[in-house]
Amino acid sequence: MATAAFVLIAAVAVGSALGLVVRRNPIHGALFLVVNLGSIAALFLTLGAEFLAAAQVIVYAGAIMVLFVFAIMVLIPGREETGPDPQRPTRLLALPVGAVLLVLLVALVAGGGAPRAAGGPPAGGVEAVGRLLFTDYLFPFELTSVLLLAAMVGVLLLARRRA
Amino acid sequence: MGLHAYLTLAAVVFAIGLFGVLTRRNAVGILLGIELMLNAVNINLVAFGRFHADLGGALFTLFTIAITVAEVAVGLAIVIVIFRVRRTVEADHLDLLRG
Repeated sequence: MATAAFVLIAAVAVGSALGLVVRRNPIHGALFLVVNLGSIAALFLTLGAEFLAAAQVIVYAGAIMVLFVFAIMVLIPGREETGPDPQRPTRLLALPVGAVLLVLLVALVAGGGAPRAAGGPPAGGVEAVGRLLFTDYLFPFELTSVLLLAAMVGVLLLARRRA
Repeated sequence: MGLHAYLTLAAVVFAIGLFGVLTRRNAVGILLGIELMLNAVNINLVAFGRFHADLGGALFTLFTIAITVAEVAVGLAIVIVIFRVRRTVEADHLDLLRG
C-alpha cells in the first residue's frame, strides 16, 4: 500500500516536473508547478510530516502560485516563447548537463549506506514542530521574520512607480 | 519505502528543474525551474529527518519555505521592474553586463 502510494505520487511529481520543463507557455508551467507542489505535499504526508504538508499547500499553492500567475498575466499576456532560438546549440548543452547531474546524484544515493536506526515515531505533528521551533530554533525563527520584513520593504520599493 | 527511494525521486526532480532553468528563455520560467529545484531539496530534508527520527529536517524545510517566499517575491518584483524598463522578460536580451 505504502509502495503503491509512493510510486503513484512519484509518477505525478516527475510527470508534472517534465510538463513544466517541456511546455513553453509559462502559464502552463505555473499550473504544472501547482500539480508538482501538491504531489510533494502528499509525499510529505507519507513521511509523517502533516504540518509541513499543510504549510506547503498554503504557502506554495496559495501564496506563491498566485504571485506567479499574477506576474505572468501582467508580463506576458498569452504570449509563448516563439521564434527561432539564436542560442539553440548552447541551450542543447543543458540536456547532457542535467543528465550527468542526475547520474551522479543517483550513483551517490545508491552508493550510500542505509540509515542507521530508522526507528522512532514519525514525529512531524504541529505540537512537536511548534515546541522545537520556539525553543531550540527561536533565533532562526526571529531572523526569518526580519528577512520577510526586508523582502516586503524591498518589493514595495522595487514595484513602486517612479514619480 | 526506504530513504533511497525518496532521495532518488528528489534527484530526478532536481535534475529536471536544473534542465528547466538552463533551457528557459523567459525570466519567469527560470524562476519556475528554481522553485522545482528548491522543492526537491525539501523532499531530501524531510526524508532525512524522518529516517533519522530527527525533527531538524522538518524545521529546516519550514525555513526554506519561508525563504523561498521572500525569494519569489523579490525575484518577480525585479522581473517586473526589468519589464517596465526594457520591455522584455527574455533573459537573453538582458546582456548589459556582457563584456
